[in-house]
Amino acid sequence: MEHIVIIGNGIAGITAARHIRKLSSKRITVISAETDYFFSRTALMYVYMGHMKFEHTQPYENWFWKKNKIDLKKAYVTQVHTETKKISLESGEQMTYDKLILATGSVSNKFGWPGQDLNGVQGLITKKDLELLEINAPDNKVCKRAVLIGGGLIGVELAEMLHTRNIPVTFLVREKAFWSSVLPFPEASMISNHLLSHHIDLRHEEELDEIIGDSHGNVKAVRTKKGEIIACDLVGLSAGVRPQIKFLEGSGIDTDRGILVNRYLQTNIPDVYAIGDCAQQREPVGERKSVEAVWYTGRMMGETLAQTICDQPTLWNPGHWFNSAKFMDIEYQTYGWVWNSPKEGNAHYHWQDQKNNRAVTVEYNLHERTFIGINTFNMRMRHEVFDKWLDDQQSVDYVIENLQQACFNPEFYKKPFHEIQSDFLKQKSAI
Amino acid sequence: MSTYQRNMSLAGEPPKALNTTQRLAVVVGMAGLGILVLHLFNQEITHPAIWLTAALTLISGGIIGFAAGSYAHKQEGIKNDGVWFKSISSRGFLGWLLGIALTGFYIVLYFYAELLGLNTEGDNTGVISLFDPLSRALSGNPASQWFVYGTLYTIAILAFGIKFMWKYRHNRYEVIRTISVMFFQTAFAFLIPEFMARLNGDGYNLPYYDLKNIWPLNYYNFEQYRINDFISSGAIGMFLLIFGIVSIFVITPILTYKYGKRWYCSWVCGCGGLAETAGDSFRQLSDKSQSAWRIERWVVHSVLVFVVMMTTTVVSVYLGYENEGYWLSRDVFLFTVAAGLLVLYAAIMYWKRHQLKKDAVVGATVYLFISLASVALIYFVDITQIKVDASYFSLGLNQGIYTLDVAVKSLYGFLIGAIFSGVIGTGFYPIFGNRVWCRFGCPMAAILGIQQRLFSKFRITTNGGQCISCGNCSTYCEMGIDVRAYAQKGENIIRASCVGCGICSAVCPRGVLKLENGPMEGRINSEAVLLGQDPDLMALLSDRKAN
Ligand SMILES: Cc1cc2nc3c(=O)[nH]c(=O)nc-3n(C[C@H](O)[C@H](O)[C@H](O)COP(=O)(O)OP(=O)(O)OC[C@H]3O[C@@H](n4cnc5c(N)ncnc54)[C@H](O)[C@@H]3O)c2cc1C
Ligand code: SF4
Ligand code: SF4
Repeated sequence: MEHIVIIGNGIAGITAARHIRKLSSKRITVISAETDYFFSRTALMYVYMGHMKFEHTQPYENWFWKKNKIDLKKAYVTQVHTETKKISLESGEQMTYDKLILATGSVSNKFGWPGQDLNGVQGLITKKDLELLEINAPDNKVCKRAVLIGGGLIGVELAEMLHTRNIPVTFLVREKAFWSSVLPFPEASMISNHLLSHHIDLRHEEELDEIIGDSHGNVKAVRTKKGEIIACDLVGLSAGVRPQIKFLEGSGIDTDRGILVNRYLQTNIPDVYAIGDCAQQREPVGERKSVEAVWYTGRMMGETLAQTICDQPTLWNPGHWFNSAKFMDIEYQTYGWVWNSPKEGNAHYHWQDQKNNRAVTVEYNLHERTFIGINTFNMRMRHEVFDKWLDDQQSVDYVIENLQQACFNPEFYKKPFHEIQSDFLKQKSAI
Repeated sequence: MSTYQRNMSLAGEPPKALNTTQRLAVVVGMAGLGILVLHLFNQEITHPAIWLTAALTLISGGIIGFAAGSYAHKQEGIKNDGVWFKSISSRGFLGWLLGIALTGFYIVLYFYAELLGLNTEGDNTGVISLFDPLSRALSGNPASQWFVYGTLYTIAILAFGIKFMWKYRHNRYEVIRTISVMFFQTAFAFLIPEFMARLNGDGYNLPYYDLKNIWPLNYYNFEQYRINDFISSGAIGMFLLIFGIVSIFVITPILTYKYGKRWYCSWVCGCGGLAETAGDSFRQLSDKSQSAWRIERWVVHSVLVFVVMMTTTVVSVYLGYENEGYWLSRDVFLFTVAAGLLVLYAAIMYWKRHQLKKDAVVGATVYLFISLASVALIYFVDITQIKVDASYFSLGLNQGIYTLDVAVKSLYGFLIGAIFSGVIGTGFYPIFGNRVWCRFGCPMAAILGIQQRLFSKFRITTNGGQCISCGNCSTYCEMGIDVRAYAQKGENIIRASCVGCGICSAVCPRGVLKLENGPMEGRINSEAVLLGQDPDLMALLSDRKAN
């Protein structure tokens, strides 16, 4: 029986395993060094905040794997021997595969800052990071202040987490407003204001210069590029992630930032594939980045690759871009593409309700008036409807006029659509 | 235990610690409870009206003050910080303590009301007499243990209702729904029956009747004494009787078709009302495992069969007495029940069989068989001649010998009415979660659930591919539904047990869930494929899935 070995039990590896099981009776082994069972990485924050226990982050009950004949193995893979189709585990054990799927996820970016390996410097990616955070920052007596570096989505989660334990947070971000490398400025500043309103000490246009330790090798303070010294007990790294591929050195598998794959998610070595955070597209698809460290991409790659593995070669060909996140109390969703400033030939329509932290930005083509994408804040939108509108290349006018159809807010919510529509028409006639 | 869990036991750190307002509020609330407890031992009560007012004001003030301390200084949003660290909401020491106290209270209330000051002869004493002034003001009669309970129950729904609305003030569905349960409890369950009691005496003989309490939740509604009371109370009596029947056969099916069982379970019902307000802090304790789901289906449907049989027995017995002047005869009644059950079964099997899993079909058939056999038994055998020795069923507590119909009725009242809905259903909030009764025990929920599953426009829609499998929805579903299992596959959630509380949707950090009423067509989409994929692959996936 063909043996499929999957390294990594995250969303990518597990989705591949589940779908291969649905389509075939191949032998499947999933190896991970992190946990016995699949859990949702995106939910780590809720464990620290006390919303959930760790077991609640596991989407399947423990009997599920045996019942579906998916073998799980907790082990660290040290080497892949592509010539002999074997992998070596840390214990010295070896395992043979017929097909190998690499789904090894990400590690935190470190940019060689002085002091980056001191005790009390950490990211938030793994279960171990969560446990470490309980040691580094259990409360505001052990951790009198935390400094977060880099303004990504993990950073805002860390800020919210520490905030629930009344730990003062200083947040250094390079940009003029939070995540303004992705969000249009008015939205980014709305998020900045929201963080400030929660007493997060957000410092714009400020960067880390050095992490300063004490004589025991613990973090004592950071120095910023502007020269300020901020005393702290925890430095949270949230300056992005990069693929976890170090153990592949010398395996013959082509890597760049991530594991290089073609549109069939295949590496340069036959029968070796890569999916999820660790994969890098040789040619990016459409406007997408070559490495996409998002949940949905991992899941969809798993679904796609399972088809290929089960004799139905299928191209990685994702549909319209979508994503979502939450910035403390502000929910964010996006469908299609909205850049932080409109692409050449495009324009933004922006609406904001400051009192309720609600906002909408629509990107559209100025000349053709086609709808390109939408960002919404504190306004849930229906994925299905936007997918269709993007397929149909609807005009921005149509989209604004029919926003109501795409509303996904709970019943009885006060809807701002009339206000948006009249504001849009007013701006349009003013041009 | 790993290190991080050990650290969590550190006492009194945020978000676990209580702030000053919360502590003060606890003291105030406890003072109010303390007044009640002191009066347990007080035989001669002076100034009951003043002490009662003081007690109820302090209790409500304590609860509302606690809510203010918890939410007033915070921005709108989800407020679940520290839920699993707090002893009371994570089955810790305080949780168990509260569970034991509540259970004890229910045991005294149901079985030892004399401890509260109910006297078979003479005036009330103790706590019950404290409530006399209020009871007299409303109905003109002295209080009973049920009046005490009803008052505290209403206060709990009102005060914790305010807390709940404060907590979810950003979510109008939750706010409006809570106003609704607060209204129905105060008006329908508490005030109207007391006022109705005032009518009694001059030509009226109305039984205590909470109009929104529909059979089979109100399992005693069609007992002989009540029917006689209704019939002897003129037009109002007849209206109430007819309303009771119309609620079952007309109002309930129509509303459930249009809105799902939520119209009742989280907008109207008193049990649901208490669960949603006072029980809100315990919703995360429900068991989400598949085995719990399996047990739930057997238990709740068994209770339903039990109540149908119990009521059929009781009604058929008094219809069977001659010369009682009932419009309906025993045989017609029994025939109608049997035919009704058969038609219902046949209709479901004919039109909905493709929506039923194998175990549901087996279950329904077994239940039909049991039901028909019992109807036949009642028809052919004079069950009033069968004697049952209660000591076998009550571990010797009850030595009485009863006729079968009375025995069945008493057993239901004891097991389901008292132990299940009260002692376990509410007493165990801090252990099994706030909807144990609604999920495992309530026959009304069982009927509404069957309809919701098979014949309703209600569903929870999942939003394309946006789910990140975080598990907030499943964790906070009080009915123990593994919402995530559906959401991460892009399937709508259509579950018999869903009471439509809307909390899964509220806590979802990615805006994935929406409670909706829509066309029945395409409501159940278990062949769904997650959105976001290449359209060709989606077609392929659903093709292969369907095969
Ligand atoms: C805190 C946080 C919040 C996030 N929130 C969101 C969000 O809201 N939305 C979103 O779209 N995305 C979010 N993401 C990103 C998302 O979680 C990832 O994109 C996704 O989990 C990647 O899945 P994966 O299967 O590729 O890898 P992973 O889930 O990282 O799994 C890889 C596994 O492989 C194991 N492994 C690696 N190398 C080896 C080896 N040599 N031997 C054995 N095992 C190995 C690792 O230990 C790990 O368990 C978040 C990420 C984090 C960290
Ligand atoms: S599924 Fe959602 S709406 Fe239904 S009972 Fe559970 S939490 Fe409430
Ligand atoms: S539906 Fe929402 S709350 Fe539930 S698992 Fe998915 S993202 Fe989390």
